[in-house]
Amino acid sequence: MSRHSVPALLRANSQADRVVPPSGFTARLTVFSAGAMAFLAVFAMALSFATGRLADRWSQELARTATVRISAPEGQLAAQTAAVLAVLETTPGVAAARALDEAEERALLEPWFGPDLPLDALPIPQLVEIIESAEGFDAEGLRLRLQAEAPGAVLDDHTRWREPLVGAAERIRMLGLLAITLIAATTAAMVSLAANSALAANGQVIRVLRLVGARDSYIARAFVRRFTLRALAGATAGTLLGAIAIALIPKAQTADGFLTGLGFQGAEWLWLLILPPAAATAAFFATRLAAFRSLRKLS
Amino acid sequence: MIRLDNVTYGYGATELLSGISVHLQPGSFHFLTGPSGSGKTTLLRLCYSDLTPTSGQVTLFERDAKTLSRDDVARMRRRIGVVHQDCQFLDHLPIAENVALPLATAGRRDEASDLAELLAWVGLSDRAQALPPELSGGERQRAALARAVIMSPDVLIADEPTGNVDWEMSLRLLNLLVELNKMGKTILIATHDLNLIRAAKAQVSARVLRIRDRQIQLAGADL
Repeated sequence: MSRHSVPALLRANSQADRVVPPSGFTARLTVFSAGAMAFLAVFAMALSFATGRLADRWSQELARTATVRISAPEGQLAAQTAAVLAVLETTPGVAAARALDEAEERALLEPWFGPDLPLDALPIPQLVEIIESAEGFDAEGLRLRLQAEAPGAVLDDHTRWREPLVGAAERIRMLGLLAITLIAATTAAMVSLAANSALAANGQVIRVLRLVGARDSYIARAFVRRFTLRALAGATAGTLLGAIAIALIPKAQTADGFLTGLGFQGAEWLWLLILPPAAATAAFFATRLAAFRSLRKLS
Repeated sequence: MIRLDNVTYGYGATELLSGISVHLQPGSFHFLTGPSGSGKTTLLRLCYSDLTPTSGQVTLFERDAKTLSRDDVARMRRRIGVVHQDCQFLDHLPIAENVALPLATAGRRDEASDLAELLAWVGLSDRAQALPPELSGGERQRAALARAVIMSPDVLIADEPTGNVDWEMSLRLLNLLVELNKMGKTILIATHDLNLIRAAKAQVSARVLRIRDRQIQLAGADL
């Protein structure tokens, strides 16, 4: 296998390359296909990284806060709020708990009801903001204790609506990885088709080589080398163009923006470097398989 | 060197050759003759394992041809030089590279120094960089001969090597073949040119095998 490895192939003699006549059109198609696939792979990769970051951010930011909502008759609200705060102070995993004052609640409601909301006239529930410590608290245990101390208190630890969001982000990330796999498989399939057409078009060349005593591996190498180099060149160009396109996407400042977050950060850019060799490797094995299969059919 | 024992070969249901037994001894010079379509080319192809007999046994260098792997066949063809009827060149490569092709495919390009000498021997030194389609029939035949002998094979098989060349050129090619035979090579030439056979018999002790009615006969003194 060592004689047929990809690095050995790149060093291989040019004479073996010349025994197969140059085929302009198939060559250009192979380069173009590899380039287009690499370009698409760049975006699939960017999508996977972006959704991965989004999922991480959502789980981290939302996991650190929770809210207790207290709905009680007018007279009991203050008492229940005090009870809730007392419970929270003795709950392990709660770093801080604070009842929101009227102005803060008004600010929260303003976007929905306008600035002239008569807050006094409405039975607005009291909100208590909880900041978790790093280890977090036991939500079920806290819920039971709150129920006992303040029947009108409801703990909302955000898990309920955080989980589907994170799940969706993870699913999109899986789809991105699946897209990369499909792109790799399609590249191999297209190179196989191109190699088969080249092998069929060069039947006479292959016959002459067999007649003068060339072994199958020599003949296969001439084709394999050619298609591997084409895929490498095409994928390099495609990756480069894809990277430039990603870099040129206008940056918006909204941290939660999904589409504007599409791209690579820091070391993530280095992952692009595996695309050209991956395409070359796919082409290498696809052509090798096609070459040996079609050579075995000949005398 | 090459031995055929009771070999039968047919395309489809029709038998072209049946019960053929031939033994080429080292250093021998054989002509193979017979009418067009009698199976001369088929018999030659059996001798370099391009065809597999329908029945019977072909032995190449003491090995049953049936037991040869594809790589074995490739290696064996480096020991049997063949001048094909239609030459079989790579038309996009110059003559020099075509002649050196067996060396290149065998990974022995370092011996290319012999190439100039060989091209001079067949009188093609000044045509080395020409492409095969640019050559005349005689030049192509001589280039094919040069390619057939570049690996210094033990056996040389030529299929109508004088098929489309004039008499003078035929004699030049024959002289080259006779020279090779004197160097100890086993020669097998398929031809229907009886004058060529007569000319050869004046120089070497050549045997003539004739294909008639799917059988092989040793031709007598009628030539």
